Amino acid sequence: MTLAEIREEIIDILHDIAPDEDLSELKDDVTFRDQLELDSMDFLDIVMELRKRHRVQIPEEDYGELASMQRTVTYLEPLLKDVARVS
Amino acid sequence: MYDTIIIGAGMSGLAAGIRLAHFDRRVCILERHYTIGGLNSFYRLNGRDYDVGLHAVTNYMPKGTRRGPLAKLLRQLRFRWEDFSLAPQIGSSIAFPGIQLRLGNGLELLESEIEKHFPSQKDNFQQLLSQIADYDELEQQTFEDSARQVVSSTISDPLLVEMLLCPLMWYGNARESDMDFGQFCIMFRSIFMEGFSRPFAGVRLILKNLVRRFRELGGELKLSHGVDRIVHDKKQVNGVILDNGEQIPGRHILSSAGWFETLRMCGDVVSSSTRGPGKLSFTESIAILDKQPRQLGHDRTIVFFNDSDKFHWEQPETMCDLRTGVICSPNNYWYEDANGKQQQLSEGVIRVTALANFDAWQNLPEEQYRLEKLRWHERTVASAVRFMPDFRRHVIDTDMFTPKTIRRFTWHDNGAVYGAPNKHLDGTTPWKNLYVCGTDQGYVGIIGSILSGISIANRYCLQTA
Repeated sequence: MTLAEIREEIIDILHDIAPDEDLSELKDDVTFRDQLELDSMDFLDIVMELRKRHRVQIPEEDYGELASMQRTVTYLEPLLKDVARVS
Repeated sequence: MYDTIIIGAGMSGLAAGIRLAHFDRRVCILERHYTIGGLNSFYRLNGRDYDVGLHAVTNYMPKGTRRGPLAKLLRQLRFRWEDFSLAPQIGSSIAFPGIQLRLGNGLELLESEIEKHFPSQKDNFQQLLSQIADYDELEQQTFEDSARQVVSSTISDPLLVEMLLCPLMWYGNARESDMDFGQFCIMFRSIFMEGFSRPFAGVRLILKNLVRRFRELGGELKLSHGVDRIVHDKKQVNGVILDNGEQIPGRHILSSAGWFETLRMCGDVVSSSTRGPGKLSFTESIAILDKQPRQLGHDRTIVFFNDSDKFHWEQPETMCDLRTGVICSPNNYWYEDANGKQQQLSEGVIRVTALANFDAWQNLPEEQYRLEKLRWHERTVASAVRFMPDFRRHVIDTDMFTPKTIRRFTWHDNGAVYGAPNKHLDGTTPWKNLYVCGTDQGYVGIIGSILSGISIANRYCLQTA
């Protein structure tokens, strides 16, 4: 997956978790917590969706890397570079 | 082999099932009754739809709210706000002799009512609010502090203390006389700070959404499948044996049957008598009217009434205790159809809840049971019309359910509506892969029990895998 594809994938997961949110204006450099008020239960869901969809394991000590879109994409890039996006 | 067996197809069991099935666990829900819902079930009688438990869905927040229990559960279960189509209440009240406090969704109205009727308590009430805001509800150490003591030390007018406790105890207190401060805070937020709502179609809409989602995700639901025994060795459980003798193996078991009820399935004879099952059960007298309640001058969604300055919350010695009760009219919500046009239930409905004695009802012979139902229906309604317009000339049909009915739907000891007084907030049991969720874990109400199922499933069946 390219960086753009990873971003799209995360948007997809966020849309799944919070179907009522308009994500078209999401700012990549602001934390999900500040923009969407995601809490620890939601971050866990992002992790589990990634595991379910792409078999990516994210250790608990790395959950902080998912704080914003920018950081998430950077963090996931090496993990997902050989994975094809299915949609 | 199932990854998880869930006992009970009520709100918490179904919610836990959705979480697990969504993340590809093989999961099966076993329900003893022939229908879903547990306490919050529904039935049909003489061509009319009735709800069992539901007066109101608490924790109401308008669409777009990102915080709070309702928003959290919608995200966790992947529902849209519209899927529950919650219509907000028109307005409720707490009625004691000669005084009435009105409440709406959000704190504003209650605050101004307290300022008006209890001007000396205005600042004390603000102080109570900050105590509640500071309280971490899952702190087991302070959860069981006495709510009466904590609230009385802030609010100095005993009448206001009683009036605040009345609705919160009615909608979620399993303990007699007093209330855990932790439970008080949970209920205070869900009723006074958030508020009441209801789907136009009643609780069946929520249940049907939950079941449909669970099945779409590949979950199995088996009705009329009561669990007789949980199979276990010293440390862990291995599966269940059904009433019909069938054996079903599972890696985890999540039970919403209640703490004592679950331990009994493990063959554990419960010895402790002071921390036993709950005792508080209800009757519900339902009247169908030929007019809308508002046409009779009754526009309240819910009225919590008490006929003296002191609120008594205990198992009655007689069949029912008519000193206090809850009057609910499901007509009095702001219902809108899909196009935003106001709509209304076709008939007027008034429901009145009273405290009842389980043994007294359970032990009646069939014929007398029917007679007592008629007798207490009449008495309950007579008690209620002291606090609302007399609707008795307009009644076209009635039904009543009793602690016996609640027992049939929930299988709870004593038909205890809110389960056992002592909650098990972390959900663990003496067996390492057996967990409790639902009423006896600590959250009550529709939103509460759904969250209970979600959080226990997350914590023990998803995160550890």
